[in-house]
Amino acid sequence: MTEADTLLYLDGVTVSFDGFRALNALSLVLEEGEMRAVIGPNGAGKTTMMDVITGKTRPDTGKVVYQAGTDLTKLDEPAIAALGIGRKFQKPTVFEPHTVWDNLLLALAGDRRPRFSLWAKETRAERGRIEEILETVRLVDQRGRRGGDLSHGQKQWLEIGMLLAQEPRLLLVDEPVAGMTDSETEQTAHLLRDINRTRAVVVVEHDMAFVRALGVKVTVLHEGSVLSEGSIDHVSEDPKVIEVYLGR
Amino acid sequence: MLTVENVDLHYGAAIALRQVSLTAEVGAVTCLLGRNGVGKTSLLRAIVGAHPITSGAIVWEGSNITTLPTYERARRGISWVPQGRDIFPLLTVRENLETGFAVLPRGERKVPDEIYELFPILRTMLRRRGGDLSGGQQQQLAIARALIMKPRLLVLDEPTEGIQPSIIKDIGRVISLLRSRGGMAILLVEQYFDFAQELADTIVVMDRGDVVLSGRREDLDEADVRRRLSV
Repeated sequence: MTEADTLLYLDGVTVSFDGFRALNALSLVLEEGEMRAVIGPNGAGKTTMMDVITGKTRPDTGKVVYQAGTDLTKLDEPAIAALGIGRKFQKPTVFEPHTVWDNLLLALAGDRRPRFSLWAKETRAERGRIEEILETVRLVDQRGRRGGDLSHGQKQWLEIGMLLAQEPRLLLVDEPVAGMTDSETEQTAHLLRDINRTRAVVVVEHDMAFVRALGVKVTVLHEGSVLSEGSIDHVSEDPKVIEVYLGR
Repeated sequence: MLTVENVDLHYGAAIALRQVSLTAEVGAVTCLLGRNGVGKTSLLRAIVGAHPITSGAIVWEGSNITTLPTYERARRGISWVPQGRDIFPLLTVRENLETGFAVLPRGERKVPDEIYELFPILRTMLRRRGGDLSGGQQQQLAIARALIMKPRLLVLDEPTEGIQPSIIKDIGRVISLLRSRGGMAILLVEQYFDFAQELADTIVVMDRGDVVLSGRREDLDEADVRRRLSV
């Protein structure tokens, strides 16, 4: 692998809170266009890793190199988002009184100051983009419904669509299928694979059936470092992984 | 006996429990196992009344307690040792113990010596603040506080989490002692398999908000249980 193929490189990242090491010299490489699943027991450092990538938490030591040139640890959250890193938190946060369509329109990249939001009409190009996103996130038939009236799974998809509207190069998704029905969970795996055709994705999940359905490389975190990495079959047979899931 | 019948539980529109059923018998340890995020704590919250259920029923000692508030369930003998322990950090050890008095008649409001026999370390620390105790000491205090209420159903949520091995052993001994005395149903949530396996009379395994395996310990295939807990 050459440096040009690397989208994101965490190099020896350590984060401590009150003496507790949430991340312990964590190193991880994500290739351009890759989808990666991250799993691990409670307190393994999954969320802290996302916080460091998005600039919410600054590491004590280590670097987070994006596209081979930019050290994200030197940037703040808006600057990192502007570089094309989008994050979906676990709980859905859509504008509930607005329609699905308007939620996506508001999320499109571009001027979204009040003057625009009050009077502007979307352009033909914007309409086309919203249609595409509706297709991707399986909400074509729901476009006129209020965000608040969607099912839990549909809300999650809408929010993923809102992230897509910002044309991220890397999408970070935290426990997308928690609370979803079986069929929503299955569709979410398809949806993320569709998205991954054009963008890199990091998914944190506990749902192993879902991780298996994604069919991508899995990173197991434990006590703030990478414990194991490889296919889901590889990590599920790794004695170290079995031990941390069954032991203390 | 505690009976949980076809319980659904939601957080907003998100579903956390789907048609969960379980029983916990008096004089036995029922171990609830599963990876993180599968709904174990949600089920405990449903049982103690910390979160309303969407459908189904929770029956304790023959009466339906589904809609009773937490304090009423506590009065009926249900005691909870929450994950993370929830010790009051600014109260002393003694004051933490005394918070359990609320459900007792006035005449019974004293800390029985037995508590210090189970957890000798607490006697030496009565005047310390809860927040100054180590994690293991706090866990012992949390169990002691729950026992002050003289529960008939003791619900423990991952009592071994972040605790050193010697104290884990002590906690295991206390749980078996409580079982051997009878008169109490013990519902234990764990991720530490060997600890649970050693104590359990009955094992219930959850995945994706649902019970996927349950039975008496000796009737279950240990390899099968292990497989469902790992990735």
